[in-house]
Amino acid sequence: MTSFLQIKNLNVRLKAGIPILRSVSLNVTAGQVHGLVGESGAGKSMIGKAVLGTLPRALQVTSGEIWLDGVNLNTLPAAQRRKVIGAKAALIPQDPLTALNPSKRIGPQITRRLVDILGWQKSAAEARAIELLGEVHIPDPKRVMQSYPHELSGGMRQRILIASAFAAEPKLIIADEPTTALDVTVQKQILRLIAEMQQRHNTALLFVTHDLGVVSKTCDTLSVLYAGKVIEDARMRRFFTRPIHPYSAALLAATPTYTDPTGSLTPVSQAVIDATEQEVREHDMRAGL
Amino acid sequence: MRDARGDVTRPIGLRLWLSGGWLALLLLAALSAPLIAPKDPLVQDLFLGRMPPFWMAGAEPGYLLGTDSLGRDVLSRILYGARLALIVAFVAGSLTCLVGATLGLIAGYYRGWPDRIISRFVDIWMAFPPVLFAILLIAVLGPGLISIIIAIVVIDWTRFARVIRAEAMSQGAMDYVASAQVAGRTRFGTMLTEILPNVLPTIVALLTLEMGIAVIVEAILSFVNLSISTDSPTWGGMIAEGRTSVHQAWWVLVFPLITLFLTVLSFSQLGEGLKDHFDPVLR
Repeated sequence: MTSFLQIKNLNVRLKAGIPILRSVSLNVTAGQVHGLVGESGAGKSMIGKAVLGTLPRALQVTSGEIWLDGVNLNTLPAAQRRKVIGAKAALIPQDPLTALNPSKRIGPQITRRLVDILGWQKSAAEARAIELLGEVHIPDPKRVMQSYPHELSGGMRQRILIASAFAAEPKLIIADEPTTALDVTVQKQILRLIAEMQQRHNTALLFVTHDLGVVSKTCDTLSVLYAGKVIEDARMRRFFTRPIHPYSAALLAATPTYTDPTGSLTPVSQAVIDATEQEVREHDMRAGL
Repeated sequence: MRDARGDVTRPIGLRLWLSGGWLALLLLAALSAPLIAPKDPLVQDLFLGRMPPFWMAGAEPGYLLGTDSLGRDVLSRILYGARLALIVAFVAGSLTCLVGATLGLIAGYYRGWPDRIISRFVDIWMAFPPVLFAILLIAVLGPGLISIIIAIVVIDWTRFARVIRAEAMSQGAMDYVASAQVAGRTRFGTMLTEILPNVLPTIVALLTLEMGIAVIVEAILSFVNLSISTDSPTWGGMIAEGRTSVHQAWWVLVFPLITLFLTVLSFSQLGEGLKDHFDPVLR
């Protein structure tokens, strides 16, 4: 199996020089789901943003390569890079409430991608959009096409965003904490829907989350991040049975369980944090920071 | 009420009716002033000076709102004055909007150095007292319609630039803008298709507000005799003249003042009403 997304030694820094991502490498194969986990501020989302070219203005890629379907994105001029990314990758954003343009109806927001990226006729794009809305189990898609985002619930909007992410048949989808902004009851449906769509379309999926429970249900492989550094790469099953890095183990131990709901949560111990910090410092020394 | 799609459509509110109605009436009056004005606004008749409006004792027939100290018909002068006021409102208001909103949109969406340059300009601009600035400009450019319009654009573009910049900035941080870019849209294209429609309600509200302000600025400039040539009637000029004889002939001051007041109020109310009408969430 060839990897569809390949990140090699990616370094991202604040313009002031502070490292955000430290020599991150990872592979996502076609048809596979790769999880990115870590605590807040570990740089999970920044990896997705670096791939999609939507890094915040204050950040810049200082070194490393991002290969998307055999093309090195970093060597392309900006306009062409946008085109490649638009055709091959899509994003399922974190907050469905801000991810749709409030002043436009749903229909044009989905068909736009088909017209822009695949060069479809508007009528064909509309038919396909209605089909996609059906695929994500939206009742009465024709009516929803005519609606404004504020007329729909958060769960509905996330379904629409999923439909629109899959619209142009991208080979890679980056899901950036797609369920954090949703109700717990809706979360499960959305996760199941993403998995279903991913399998049907055989897409590579990069799944960013801080929820190990979600990872265990959806991902095939995962990377654990700490302070912008990948500290463990693992296959799903192995990770949950025998985590290698002490920080991964501590992270797993800190997950609340249903079997012992009264038991107190185990925090990640200071010793583990110190050891992991030390590792990060050693990396920085080697990188000459 | 529901439209064909089953959406709730709000009836046009009383506010929109009243303000729109007044402005439509004024526009009509301004366009047809030569036809409907009972007298020539410039003809003086010193024997008919300071005649009271029609309902008061001693009113002269044909002079509905009375005459000023030179015997000119107040109503006709208000009607002709509306022409200048509305030209200034529409032309100066639109130009100010165009300049200010464009710069604000660019500053707020592109950030970085365009923002730094535009924002510094706004800061410097706002340090000048606006009315003094306008008077200074007219003094340099010389009086005349074009000068008034230029003066209004030059002193008021910052109002748009500041507000639209802030709006564009907050819209620019939304995920749908990032999504549009991931979909391969250019930055400029994203600005036009994603940001602009969402700041449009604010632009519309500001535009009508600005039209009202333009009317006021024009009146202020005529009041200090810096508007267009002194013999063509302007509301501000009439107010200035009426001020000197307010004890003998209050109507010379009060009627243009009421017209001015209603017009400016209508513009601001129209803006509020239209803003709600343009906003998909409130619609």
